Amino acid sequence: MSNAPRPPIESGCPDGFQYMHPMMRKHYGNWDYHEDPQPGVLKHVAKNGDTIYTVRAGTQRILDVFTLRKLCDIGDEYADGHVHFTIRSNIEYMVDDESRVQPLIDKLTEEGFIVGGTRNSVAMISHTQGWLHCDIPGTDASGVVKSMMDELIDEFKNWNMPNRVHLTTSCCQINCGGQGDIAINVQHTKPPKINHDLVSNVCERPSVVARCPVAAIRPAMVDGKPSLEVDEKKCICCGACFPPCPPMQINDAEHSKLAIWIGGNHSNARSKPTFQKLVAAGIPNNPPRWPEATAIVKKILKVYKEDAKDWERINDWVERIGWPRFFELTELPFTKFHIDNWRGARNSLNASAHIRF
Amino acid sequence: MAKYETPMLDELENGPWPSFISGFKRLRDEHPDKRINEVAGSLLGQLEHSYETRKGYWKGGTVSVFGYGSGIIPRFSEVGDAFPESKEFHTLRVQPPAGNHYTTDMLRQLADSWEKFGSGLVTFHGQTGNIMFIGTDTENTQHFFDEINDYGWDLGGAGPCVRTGMSCVGASRCEQSCLDEQKIHRVLMNNFTDDVHRPALPYKFKFKVSGCGNDCQNAIERSDFAVLGTWRDDMKVDQEAFKGYLQTKGRQYIIDNVITRCPTQAISISDNDEFVVENRNCVRCMHCLNVLPKALSPGDDKGATICIGGKRTLKIGDLMGTVVVPFKKLETEDDYEELVELAEEIIDFWAENGLEHERCGEMIERIGLANFLEGIDVDVDPNMVNNPRQSSYVRMDEWDTEAEKWFERKAEAAS
Repeated sequence: MSNAPRPPIESGCPDGFQYMHPMMRKHYGNWDYHEDPQPGVLKHVAKNGDTIYTVRAGTQRILDVFTLRKLCDIGDEYADGHVHFTIRSNIEYMVDDESRVQPLIDKLTEEGFIVGGTRNSVAMISHTQGWLHCDIPGTDASGVVKSMMDELIDEFKNWNMPNRVHLTTSCCQINCGGQGDIAINVQHTKPPKINHDLVSNVCERPSVVARCPVAAIRPAMVDGKPSLEVDEKKCICCGACFPPCPPMQINDAEHSKLAIWIGGNHSNARSKPTFQKLVAAGIPNNPPRWPEATAIVKKILKVYKEDAKDWERINDWVERIGWPRFFELTELPFTKFHIDNWRGARNSLNASAHIRF
Repeated sequence: MAKYETPMLDELENGPWPSFISGFKRLRDEHPDKRINEVAGSLLGQLEHSYETRKGYWKGGTVSVFGYGSGIIPRFSEVGDAFPESKEFHTLRVQPPAGNHYTTDMLRQLADSWEKFGSGLVTFHGQTGNIMFIGTDTENTQHFFDEINDYGWDLGGAGPCVRTGMSCVGASRCEQSCLDEQKIHRVLMNNFTDDVHRPALPYKFKFKVSGCGNDCQNAIERSDFAVLGTWRDDMKVDQEAFKGYLQTKGRQYIIDNVITRCPTQAISISDNDEFVVENRNCVRCMHCLNVLPKALSPGDDKGATICIGGKRTLKIGDLMGTVVVPFKKLETEDDYEELVELAEEIIDFWAENGLEHERCGEMIERIGLANFLEGIDVDVDPNMVNNPRQSSYVRMDEWDTEAEKWFERKAEAAS
């Protein structure tokens, strides 16, 4: 190998058409309608009547090359050698004949993959890296998701919900997992513990001061060394100072808890997109199975399933029944922490005589 | 090689959902390459340690490939002495093809390359949209990149730069698509290749494309520059198909689940069972099209709504993208050029006026939408607001001039 560095080819984003299923290429922009023949299966009909069937399957998301090749083998033998990945990391196989759908489902099931995740099911949880790879995680991601999907698998495989349910998990309050109908996120509960020996070597102090959303951090000399100090009364324990300055240790085996937020919905259908709202906190970060968090998620899903009308996403449902009823039905405590005090918070208060009894 | 006990991780092999831990163990126990066995074993050891102590042990650093400053997530273990074979465990972010389509041949080729240089672990895709090749050391980062770059793959963004774009499946398999999502995705991304590879912006900047208001790509909530498909003319109605739905689903179901769910009460059923749309009041929310896909479709005069400034919490709180272009036709090459120019204008203005670590949406919050619009030379439009100003604390010195501009624009549009 020569020692001269190889200049990169700045090719950017590749053209998807070269990898696309031929039927999708043929009818690009010319689809007429779709049907949902069964959970995990989509049927799309083109304007000339051509039909393509899609089978969607959930995987472990972090694929080892053995699993990736197994997915490829299935694609070669039972589909046409083309796959598509959804935004929630499910794999999709496309076939042009209905007779090929069931053998594909059977093979995926036999190999341990889970067919489902379409229409009004609980979709695969969108998540991030956690302890496996992130530099600031308060918990694991893949483990939480594996534990939760083990419990929710029937809801993934069936159409039991009023509308689709998107779950997300995030290992810190940056919330890389994104908005969800139900989001399970780390919530720090104590101010950072500062390793003053390291701050001046590791951190660019003005950037750290600037990063704090509530101006609780200021430069200080500690034991004769330049460091930082935190006004612990002002600190909201958000962890924003930790990424630029790891000596501001925010993660804590005991005090990094989980919180659950509901009603985030990116779709414009019916109502405008909505952000998720806090419903539960103080949930133990309890590996390897996180049973307490899963129990609350299941409780919320159960009530939603029983009480919501068809096509109501969780935010639509709560909007209709009101938050007092939500807390009543789920038997979750409503606390002073549920009342927002961030900028614009007054817009979230009920300034009316609208009360349900 | 030390084999670490993993009692907590072992519990994640139970249960019906596919287990990532079983995959790690296959790499540790069954892969023919000893290097991969050792890396996977060591990684399992460190992960078990995290589970036991409830803490993460990775720190960042500076790793890049020759010529780029972005695209690698460097990870060095803080407990590398105990788990030496995975002490360097960097991720390469690789841009997926627009629309996330692959052939199995290409996936195998990528797997072959990754096996030569990396851990054998890969995710399709990370939350920013990249293929995540998880786990390799500094030297092999370059080798792996060189190999896959030769057959058409390039790194995505990481750090304060233009990030990898995302687009929904769209026109390739969805009847509701109002855009050529893949073209928009590639035209935008590949115009900013330099800004992807060389981080020089205040913070991250994301493009996402969704073909309709269902926004399957989460563009409004998760991107600085969201392109959403819509249409200006009338929704298409197949009355026969509608009558079919009436028969199979029942009148009550259609009333309760379609008619009364319209956010602007723009739809109704006529006495002769026809689906009636008041198109001028329809907001293209997509609900009725979702429930009745055979009967209802978008119109023919399609285009894009562009929302700017969406982001999550840090630092000032969640922000949705705001409408900056209510409708943009995307048909001709000139239309696409104008789209790119708008993106350039916005990124340039933000690069100049954004504070360090300030997202575009936060800058708009700080300076006000009107100043932002002036900065990027876009005219105000009532579609940009939920409601006009409610605070009377404002100076309006130029009221007459501004009102005149509105009438001039109206006259121009009419002529």
